[in-house]
Amino acid sequence: MTAVYEPAYEASYESWDETRGAEIIAEHASQEGATLVILHALQEAFGYVPEAAIPMVAQALNLSRAEVHGVFTFYHDFRHKPAGRHVLKLCRAEACQAAGGDALAARAEAKLGVALGNTTADDRVTLEPIYCLGLCATAPSAMLDGRLIGRLDEKRLDALVAEAQR
Amino acid sequence: MSMRLFVSRDAGAVAVGADEVALALEQAAAKRGVAVEIVRTGSRGMYWLEPLVEVATPQGRIAFGPVTETDVPSLLDALASNTPHLLRIGATDEIPWLKRQTRLTFARCGVIDPRSLDDYRAHGGYKGFERALSLGPEAILTEVTASGLRGRGGAGFPTGIKWKTVAQAKAGRKFIVCNADEGDSGTFADRMIMEGDPFLVIEGMTTAGITVGATKGYIYIRSEYPHAVEAMNAAIKAARRGGYLGDRIGGSTYSFDMEVRVGAGAYVCGEETSLLESLEGRRGLVRAKPPLPAHHGLFGKPTVINNVLSFAAIPFILAEGAKAYADFGMGRSRGTMPIQLAGNIRHGGLFETAFGVTLGELVDDIGGGTFTGRPVRAVQVGGPLGAYFPRALFDTPFDYEAFAARDGLIGHGGIVVFDDSVDMRRQARFAMEFCAIESCGKCTPCRIGSTRGVETIEKIIRGDRVSENLALVEDLCNTMKFGSLCALGGFTPYPVLSALKHFREDFIPAPTTLQAAE
Ligand SMILES: Cc1cc2nc3c(=O)[nH]c(=O)nc-3n(C[C@H](O)[C@H](O)[C@H](O)COP(=O)(O)O)c2cc1C
Ligand code: SF4
Ligand code: FES
Repeated sequence: MTAVYEPAYEASYESWDETRGAEIIAEHASQEGATLVILHALQEAFGYVPEAAIPMVAQALNLSRAEVHGVFTFYHDFRHKPAGRHVLKLCRAEACQAAGGDALAARAEAKLGVALGNTTADDRVTLEPIYCLGLCATAPSAMLDGRLIGRLDEKRLDALVAEAQR
Repeated sequence: MSMRLFVSRDAGAVAVGADEVALALEQAAAKRGVAVEIVRTGSRGMYWLEPLVEVATPQGRIAFGPVTETDVPSLLDALASNTPHLLRIGATDEIPWLKRQTRLTFARCGVIDPRSLDDYRAHGGYKGFERALSLGPEAILTEVTASGLRGRGGAGFPTGIKWKTVAQAKAGRKFIVCNADEGDSGTFADRMIMEGDPFLVIEGMTTAGITVGATKGYIYIRSEYPHAVEAMNAAIKAARRGGYLGDRIGGSTYSFDMEVRVGAGAYVCGEETSLLESLEGRRGLVRAKPPLPAHHGLFGKPTVINNVLSFAAIPFILAEGAKAYADFGMGRSRGTMPIQLAGNIRHGGLFETAFGVTLGELVDDIGGGTFTGRPVRAVQVGGPLGAYFPRALFDTPFDYEAFAARDGLIGHGGIVVFDDSVDMRRQARFAMEFCAIESCGKCTPCRIGSTRGVETIEKIIRGDRVSENLALVEDLCNTMKFGSLCALGGFTPYPVLSALKHFREDFIPAPTTLQAAE
């Protein structure tokens, strides 16, 4: 495949602002079962779900704080603090393991100096495991800031890591 | 006249460069002053050939692949002068890998423009729905039941019976829910259909709606599938504009509308009751059954919840009749199954075929063995809760009952191939680890047992009291099997025990390791 990658799309998030948060919550609050929809929308805007937003969501949906907090912590996707500037997700599920994913994950950890699930000290890269991207016929797979990469090998991984570190 | 080219927009093709190829084609053609129209289709499912480029000719489409950006100039030369090209595969319809399939559900995937309702209709879309309208709910139920269709999400429950239960339930509101959580490693058929033929899913769900008397549907798509989310949202909008969602759909007296909801990275939310909890905005804790979702589902209302492929099979069944579908298959597994070949495999992709094909045919013959070229040693069928099968079981036919008889399952139809470098202790350990990561936490055997399982298998890997710890793992598995509320805890023992049983040699230390441990 093509080895030329477009530069990583660097997500630019708004910084937390109560008025803006309230606006986002109000926009979705009337939907049935809106909690996840709102948490997703908040994370999309701010890059994480700010602690201060939890009681606001609870109030808007007539739920207890504990309930909303419980939902927030149950799902792997929601962050309680911003991620690094780039997020590199490596698929760690079986089809990618079968195609050499274990060694690639270890290589990425060594190159970045962090274990999966962590952010580099300079806040540049968050390295995360993901369990299947549905690209299992072109395994191993990865995702860099929302961009999908299949048929990962050492060379491509190194390029991705370098790109993420820039 | 402009030249029509087809390049997939499927996530699997995009992940290996399809967008770059499409862009390069457009730019190179513009530079040469050649008029081209590039249609972004779904994928044909031959992922080793992606990015695949097809060109329309009076004799049908001709395929080239795998194409890279650097191939684009020579490809355009060859097309302009009608001369041979190294990447030319030939007529797409004649590619043996495609020709051997029976594509009922995937008939249009990779062929049409998934953004175009007109293209969908021009290729037989909504034909089933039109017949459904003329049949009415009773006769639709008869057809669906007679087709023998069983849920493609994993459990294999007869779809007709499920729909009938909801149809008979008395309630002010009912719901149709499509399970697009597709969390099993090695599976991507739901994703492909959502991206490559999204109107098919809408048609199937709409048909369910008019059959059981539901006017609202939700499709719950995992967050790992942003392309599918986008494709479904675009198709829903187009269907509304075209009068196929909303009030008086397709000129009938029925109303039905639907929306996409996105998951948040929890595997257990693929379990139907956990999914319903999640849709209601709660933690994805599995509900005890009964009551069944058919009686007491979303927001407590009678709910049809089916897998993407179950809904996607419906339009064919109604358009061509139950018998046309049921004529394929074996035993109680009727029709076709979109099988997904994945992992360390040469010809990986989507292979839809009648039930009954053997595992060996699928892996060796159709899949072409491993891409590393080493011998196939193990395959995991049916996702992270499915058993590992050795070559000795390659005569097993793809059929719900045949797999169950060998302590396996076909699940959602994913086959993950491993070569002889696999260490089955690590695979057994991972099965437990995955269960521990994804457990909803409701049952102790699942929540605690899986963590204990990881620790115990790690001891075995270290060579620590191996036979004692092997017995402990087997015990743990039994506790999980019988003490878990859902199949996450209940079926994690399948990959673990099958690894222990069929690949015992990996767990028993070689004499040298024994000495080293002493
Ligand atoms: C842990 C777990 C995960 C599951 N994941 C999925 C899934 O991702 N997609 C799916 O359709 N069914 C999944 N199922 C099966 C569903 O519970 C349910 O059987 C299915 O949605 C019913 O639809 P069907 O009859 O069309 O198969 C899962 C079950 C369990 C226990
Ligand atoms: S078996 Fe596991 S995932 Fe299933 S209900 Fe029990 S704790 Fe939850
Ligand atoms: S297992 Fe890695 S993409 Fe499916």
